[in-house]
Formats: sequence, C-alpha cells, structure tokens
Amino acid sequence: MSYLHWAIVAPLFLSIFIPIFYKVFRRIHTGWFVLPLPILLFVYFLSFLPVTMSGKTMMESMNWIPSLGINFTAKVDGLGLLFSLLITGIGALVVLYSIYYLAKDKEKLNQFYVYLLLFMGAMLGVVLSDNLIVLYAFWELTSFSSFLLIGYWYEREKSRYGAQKSMLITVFGGLAMLGGIILLYIMTGTFSVTEVISQANEIFNHALFVPALICILLGAFTKSAQFPFYIWLPDAMEAPTPVSSYLHSATMVKAGIYLVARFTPVFGEHSLWFWLVSGVGILTLIWGSIFAVKQTDLKAILAFSTVSQLGLIMSLLGVGAAALHYEFLDDNIFTVAVTAAVFHLINHATFKGSLFMAAGIVDHETGTRDIRKLGGLMHFMPITFTISIIGTFSMAGIPPFNGFLSKEMFFTAMVHVIEMDIFNLETLGILFPVFAWIASIFTFVYSMILVFRTFTGKYQPEKLDKKPHEAPIGMLISPVILVSLVIIFGFFPNLLSHSLISPAMASILPSLLGPGEEFMVHISFWHGFTIELFMTLGVVILGIILYKTHSKWKKIYQAIPDKLALNRFYDSLLEGVQLGSHKLTKSYMNGSIRSYLVYIFAFFIFILAATLIGKNAFKLDTSNVSAIGVYEVVLAIFVVVGSISILFVKSRMTSIILLGAVGYTVSLFYVLFRAPDLALTQLVIETISVALFLVCFYHLPKLRKFETRMRFRLTNALISVGVGAMVTLIALSAHSNKLFDSISKYYVENTYTEAAGKNMVNVILVDFRGFDTLFEITVLAIASLGIFGMIKLRLNRRKEG
Amino acid sequence: MLEIIIRLALLFCSISMLGLIYRVIKGPSVADRVIALDAVGINLVAITALISIVLNSHAFLEIILLIGILAFIGTVAFAKYLEKGVIIERERNH
Repeated sequence: MSYLHWAIVAPLFLSIFIPIFYKVFRRIHTGWFVLPLPILLFVYFLSFLPVTMSGKTMMESMNWIPSLGINFTAKVDGLGLLFSLLITGIGALVVLYSIYYLAKDKEKLNQFYVYLLLFMGAMLGVVLSDNLIVLYAFWELTSFSSFLLIGYWYEREKSRYGAQKSMLITVFGGLAMLGGIILLYIMTGTFSVTEVISQANEIFNHALFVPALICILLGAFTKSAQFPFYIWLPDAMEAPTPVSSYLHSATMVKAGIYLVARFTPVFGEHSLWFWLVSGVGILTLIWGSIFAVKQTDLKAILAFSTVSQLGLIMSLLGVGAAALHYEFLDDNIFTVAVTAAVFHLINHATFKGSLFMAAGIVDHETGTRDIRKLGGLMHFMPITFTISIIGTFSMAGIPPFNGFLSKEMFFTAMVHVIEMDIFNLETLGILFPVFAWIASIFTFVYSMILVFRTFTGKYQPEKLDKKPHEAPIGMLISPVILVSLVIIFGFFPNLLSHSLISPAMASILPSLLGPGEEFMVHISFWHGFTIELFMTLGVVILGIILYKTHSKWKKIYQAIPDKLALNRFYDSLLEGVQLGSHKLTKSYMNGSIRSYLVYIFAFFIFILAATLIGKNAFKLDTSNVSAIGVYEVVLAIFVVVGSISILFVKSRMTSIILLGAVGYTVSLFYVLFRAPDLALTQLVIETISVALFLVCFYHLPKLRKFETRMRFRLTNALISVGVGAMVTLIALSAHSNKLFDSISKYYVENTYTEAAGKNMVNVILVDFRGFDTLFEITVLAIASLGIFGMIKLRLNRRKEG
Repeated sequence: MLEIIIRLALLFCSISMLGLIYRVIKGPSVADRVIALDAVGINLVAITALISIVLNSHAFLEIILLIGILAFIGTVAFAKYLEKGVIIERERNH
C-alpha cells in the first residue's frame, strides 16, 4: 500500500478507534480526536498540486482481486484532487463546527464520528478510485453512511423516514450505476476508468453504449438529487446540521457531478448525453429554485437551493460536453461551460457550507428554523448575520462575491448554447438561457428571503424558545473561514484558475488538449457591456421587485406546486408497491395445500408439455418392446380396477383394503418380472403400511356423521388426468429414445467374480453401490427417531393441562 | 400337458381372485372384506407357486412362505382390531 492508499483508508481506520477514544476520554469531546486527520489529509493532498498543475497524474495500484481485473487503483488527477481537497478541507471545518454544535454529554458522539469518518473515507475512495468496481464499492459506502447519518436521531419518526427514502433512492441509482459499469466492462474488457476513456471512440457505436450511458446517468442523477430524484434531499435535512452541511451540500451530492464529469470523455460526444445532462440539469435548476421560494424552514430552503445549484452545475457539464464536438482548442467557446461548472462547484461548496452552518447556529441559539418565527436577529447575532449575508449574496450572484463570477460564466455558457449548430440546438437552444435566467431570478428571491426574513424585520421573542444570542466563537470559526474563502475567491478568482480549475478541466475534456497544452482559464469581473451583464442586471432588478411583492403572490404557490410535488408520487408508489405485493401474495398464497398442489402439478403439465411440443420430442418406437403375456394383462387389470375403485368407495376402511390389494398385486408383478427380493420387501412393507393406515384412520375424528365419497372437482380431474397422460407420454418417448445399452452387463459378469455373491440385487445393494444403502438406512433411522420424537416429545403438554 | 394344466389353474385362480376382489370392494361388512383379503393372500400363494413353475425358478418359494405368514398376521391384526379397536394393547389396559 502506498501513502495514497493509506490516505484514502485512513478515515476508515480512525473510525475503528473512535469508540475507544469516546469511552476512555470521556471528558474530552471526541471530535478533537477526529479533527487532526482531515487537516493532515488536506495538507497531504495539497502536496499533489504541483503534480496536477504540470498536467501529470499520479497512479498507485494495489492488488485486490487481480483475477477479475479488480484492483484498488488510486489515481490523482485534476478532478480527483479538486474533490479530495473539498472533502478533506470542508470535512475539517465541519468536524470543528460539530465539536461545538453537538453537546458532549447529550449526544452519541462515538456513533456520529464513526459514521462521519466512514463517509469521509468512502467519499475519498469515490473520487480517487480509478477502478470502477472499487468506485462502486465506495459509492455504496457513501450511501450507507449517509443513511446512518440522516437517521442519527433515530428515535424521531422523520429521521427514519428521511433515511429510508435517501437509502432507497440512492441505492436504486447505485445499482443502476453498477449495471452501467458492467456494461462498460462488457464493451471494453476493463474496469479501469483510464482505459475505458482511452477506448471511448471504439465503443461509441456499440449496441450497449446507450444503455450504459443511461445506467451511469441514473446513478449520477439519484446521488446528485437531480430531477425527479431530488426528493430525498429535502427529507435528508433531518440529519444534524454539520451532516447537512457536509454531505448534503458540499460533498456527497457532488458525487453524481463527479461521476458525470469523470465520464464526460467517454459518453460526452453522444447527443443523448448532452440532452439528458444539460436538460435534466436545467430542469432541476428551475424546479428547485421555484420550490425553494415556497419553503419556510431554513434548512428546507437550503436543501432546495442545493438541488437547484446542483442542477446548474449539471447543466453546465452537459453543455461543456458539447465542446468535444469542436476538435480545436482555440476559440472553443463551449469550454467556458466546464470552467463555470468547476468554478461553481468550488463556490457552491464554500457558500452553501457556510449557509448551512449559519442556519445551524440560528437553530442552535433560538431553538427554531422556521422563518415565520424568526426575524430581527441581526442585533443579536451580528457575526452570523454577516456570514449569512455574504453566503446568500454569493448564492444569488451579486458582486463582489464568487457566486457572481460563476453566475456570469453560467450565463455566458448558456448564451453560447444558441450558437451551437448540433443536436437541433438552433431552435431549442434558446430555452437554455431563458430557463437559466428565470431560475436565477427565483434564486435571487429565495436568497433574499433566507437572509432578510431571518435577520431583519420584527423580532418575535414570544415565538422563540430561547433568548437568542451570538454563537460561541468555536462554532463561528468554520463558517467564517468559508465566507472568507467566498470573498477571496470573489476578489482573486485566478488563484484557482491554474491550480485547480485548469487541471480539473484537463481531466474532464482530455481529448481537446494536445501534449503540453493546458486550458487557459481567466476569470474576470468585467467583460464589458455583454449580454450576461444585462441578464444579471435583470435578475437583480426583477428579483428585488419580486422579493418586495412576495407577500402578495406567494398564495399562487399554495395552488400550483402541491400538485406537482413528487413526494406524493413517491409515497403512493411505495405504498402501492407494498399494497400490490401484499395483495399479490395473498391472492396465490392462500394457505391451502390443495391450491399449491394445483400450481405444482399444473406447472408440471405445462412445462413438460411445452418441452415435448417445443422440442418435438414425442416419439413412439415399438421395435424393442417385448411381447405382452396374458399374466401381465390380468395383473394390470387387477391394479387398474383396484386403483380406480379407491376413488369411488365411500368408507376409509375400504380404501385402505383396496390399497393393500393393489400393493399385493404389485408384488405379484415383481414375481412375474422375476424380482424375488423386491417381491419379498414389497409384501412386508405393504402389510406394515396397511396396518399403519389402519392405526391412523382409526384415530381420525369423525367430521361428518356419514362418510361420503370424494367430491368431484373438474380441476382435480383435469389435472390428474393431465399428469397421468404426461407421465405416460414421457415414459413412452423415453423408452423409444434409448440411446445406448444399459450397463447391467458388467454386473452380470462380475457379481460372482468380483464380489463373491450370486444374488445380484443384494450384491449391488451392499457392494457395488453400497453408499445408497447406507443413506437409506439413515433415512429410516431419521424417520423412526422422528416418529418417536413426535409421539414422546410434547412440549406444550403441560400448558394444555 | 403340465403346461396346459398350469395355465388353467392360473386362469381359475385369477377368476377366484376377481371374485374375491369384488367381495373386497362390495363388502358389505368389514369382516367380509377381511376374509376376502385373507383369501386373496392365499390365492396369491397359489399364483406365486404356479408362476414359479412357469418361470422354472425356485427363487420365489420364500415369497410363498412370507405371504402365508403375512396373511395370517394381517388377518389376526384385523380381527383384533375389529374386536377391541386396537391392535397392540398397552399393558396398563389389563
């Protein structure tokens, strides 16, 4: 294992020791033991910056299951490094925040940090794995640890609901992704992402290419809460706020973004990829932004805002993939979409993380997150207010914060879509900038609601449980660091352009780069009077108007979005599936043995008949049939008459006797076909079983006064005749299809010479094939012990008294 | 000559067997059926013996003895069952 592998699994290792720290050092908050690790990892990953900046990647491989091509290959390239830095950096800040957020003596800290570290390790594994199966394993581990974290307060009904929902949806997507991975493996013969990318052109026209694309996208869309799978994210807000801030804004929900970015070189040239990624992205963007305005819970607003911002990044990646159609680097205007996506990814992580933390502080210090109860907190919490206002202004895209820059670039990219001359974009392309623009207006509105409803307006002390006051300094450190990043990236965006954005773009669009080239990323505040500037101006002006008039038009919301809410659909789907399967099971598992036998025999007839007809297997060949003697005929008549009369007699006693008669006749058959040993055994056994039947029937309760004949049922008659006919047909064809002679000649020749016996049957039973006999003895022993046990062992005898 | 006689004997045995089975089916009482079944057993002895001669084998002579014993045991068991309602009595019933 290299250092890189150790770095990935270090959180998993540390999580083993967390319960020990928790038990041994009760007086120290367990979070302090966790905190050094993400910091250390962050510094470690920073050391890779020179590698990726020079356009190189670092690969470390470790054998896991080499025979299946599954190896734990870790690869650090621009994209992976960007995500690793986000995960470890924000991870460290979140751990610090959680130390102050979660009380030492009230919370189950050991569990919390174990889950959090599991998640951190899993997430690092997802972004740094080069092997698809390993990536999938870590991917499911993120789903799983997210499930645990959402259900952290498991005594609450809503936490359990949210955890289950997120689990079902993300695991559904994860499994779809596994399907996509396997399809890719079938096409390329490798699980390595690097090699899959190198074969991208060869598999482009493969029949499985589109199914693989859809499967992979399903995985990405469910994880990144894209339309219509976004519904789990608002319910995941039941998790503790550090978790919401870390998983559900900065890292896990970006795993889908990562996946799309990672697979852009493979699928990006396909028109379906463009339409799905950018179309779903832009739909999620507008849908999430519209729904966010409706929410009254701070975290719910942030959740829908996350959904919408993820849609924004997704649509940018989709548009960026179109750049692959233009095989030149200079003046390739569509690469700006990828730049914007990567830049906004960083920005979103910073401002959304800080906003969640601010919301958590408000919740922590006032006891509620409902904006209808909050107001006028500006004077109580000046620092939190400052953090929030910077975060929301950045989210709304107002200068001078970093959100403004990425929003400008977003508009640029969307406006460029109109210029594309592929995929019928000449006509439909206009929708992209329009949707983007409308969504930005709504983003502006909910951002303003978020900050101004909470911190300005009337202070309502009667609605609050606690007297609000500023948070402890420790809780403020992390959001302050994040908003300072918001400002720093806002003023000096080019700090990022060479170090992070350009290498990340190189991994998303590798085919556009010649050897030694790199993307020239230059982010500037001032483009001149371009259309983007006017769009932003429009957003701000319309947004302010809408915010001011919000109380007048918010009633429209009560009417429209309820009908479109997908939660109701999800709930009824879940309920319907349960109800449906319950009904289905009840309809055929009715508890009656008769029905089960009907199923079994009906299938028996159906399958055998279908096989006989389908394979055209029925054959009647009388060439090797021996002559029928008169004795056989007579005995057969006895058997037939005896068996059929059993069906029609009234009394049980008579049926037993008839059965005995049939058994004896069978033993006569054995005599006739020269099987003395069989005849002997058959006689004895028949006698004993008749006696046993008599014992049973004597003890049967008299259900009816008069014993009646068996009732006639058409199904039973049809099925019994069918089974009989089927078996007869098969026996006839089997006899007519003998392919080779029997091996009994060997026994005839060797019974005496090899085994020193003259009775061939007995020699076969105890010598040639003695093993069968051994286990038939065992069967008898078990049966007799079972009978003894059933008779003697009556555990509930005492209860019955 | 022997052949023909054996065939005839087998035929008659079969006819009596049919008659006995008719009795087994028809009844009317259980005792009738048990007696008929006992006679079926004895008939089987005869048929087995005749068939042994036809097949020219003495492998089936044990079967003859066995049928005799079983028919006896079976009839006794039935008889006891009809009279007492049980076949094997428990000792404490005395």
